[in-house]
Amino acid sequence: MHPVRRQRLFIVLLIIAGAGLAVGLASYALRENINLFYPPAEIAEGKAPVGKRIRAGGMVLAGSVQRQPESLTVRFVVTDYQAELPVEYTGILPDLFAEGEGVVATGVLTEDGVFQASEVLAKHDETYMPPEVQHALDRSAEQARP
Amino acid sequence: MWSFFHKLGSPRWFYRISGQWLPWLMVISLALLAWGAIWGLLFAPPDFRQGNSYRIVYIHVPTSMVAMGGYVTMAVAGAIFLIWRMKLAEVAMRCAAPIGAALTFLALVTGSLWGKPTWGAWWVWDARITSVLVLFFLYVGVIALYESFENKQAAAKACAVLSLVGLVNIPIIYWSVEWWYSLHQPATIKFTSESTMHSSMLRPLLISIIGLYCFFATVLLIHMRSEILQRERTTKWVRELATGEK
Repeated sequence: MHPVRRQRLFIVLLIIAGAGLAVGLASYALRENINLFYPPAEIAEGKAPVGKRIRAGGMVLAGSVQRQPESLTVRFVVTDYQAELPVEYTGILPDLFAEGEGVVATGVLTEDGVFQASEVLAKHDETYMPPEVQHALDRSAEQARP
Repeated sequence: MWSFFHKLGSPRWFYRISGQWLPWLMVISLALLAWGAIWGLLFAPPDFRQGNSYRIVYIHVPTSMVAMGGYVTMAVAGAIFLIWRMKLAEVAMRCAAPIGAALTFLALVTGSLWGKPTWGAWWVWDARITSVLVLFFLYVGVIALYESFENKQAAAKACAVLSLVGLVNIPIIYWSVEWWYSLHQPATIKFTSESTMHSSMLRPLLISIIGLYCFFATVLLIHMRSEILQRERTTKWVRELATGEK
């Protein structure tokens, strides 16, 4: 390769490496802030601030959803299978909210460890399949159970 | 191989050869896009949880992927221009920017339309969505930077450097859903393991993706050809082309 071109190639690689390094260091320093939410295990360890607006996310524990009959208040437990976090929310839940599915809630962690949510978003997973396949899977799972 | 690369540096040769490819590429891309869209939107089964709203993947996933692929194309063309000072690479870099910006915009809009019924929010500042917004700004930045220079040679160099610096954003977009806790779901189409999408839904999606890549190539060639005629308007071959003389 021509020496001038080799030098330019070197400069191009230097730009890419420099930009990569700078962004890598910046995102390493900010890694906690880039996370959209805290999982229950980190909240249980006390990593999340109390009384500040934060987000908490995880799976809705099966059988934990309790609705109050005369209001829109819902209580449920969010889990990451390591720790559990009770959540209280007043409002309309998204269509995909269900037990055993992912959610991300925005709100405030109170002193008694209950998460007062002001917004609940449903977190969808990356699996897509037709309803018939899901029915077939459920049926075979039931048959496999003794 | 090398002679092909050298010939590619000649705008006149490129104009002639791309004119031969263009009709084929156009027919293939439109056929694949129509096939993927009709299959995906009308015949593919609904999703077990999302019902019919998941069908936006047939628009959202191809536009997002080609928006990222287009950026890599632009940055690679920028690098070739910086190293070898190839005129055509500069044209390719500049022509890829508006197409990529349009696709990124479409990806953001379709994602937002899907996010409202599925997540319950139009917009969330999570790592994936924010990094795609940065991609949009990078595309717009390259376009604006070029226009802001009086000296077009210097403008092209600055744009090439900007697009190379922005290249760092591409792996961030791709792995953002793995590295950080985000609302956006992780990748469905995986290269190392089996995709978590039923084959009856995946096949039309793959056709849409290939179709949109071909469409990107088609639009890029059309744009580059008109740009070449504009730049070479004083040369003999373009004059001959315009007047129809041989």
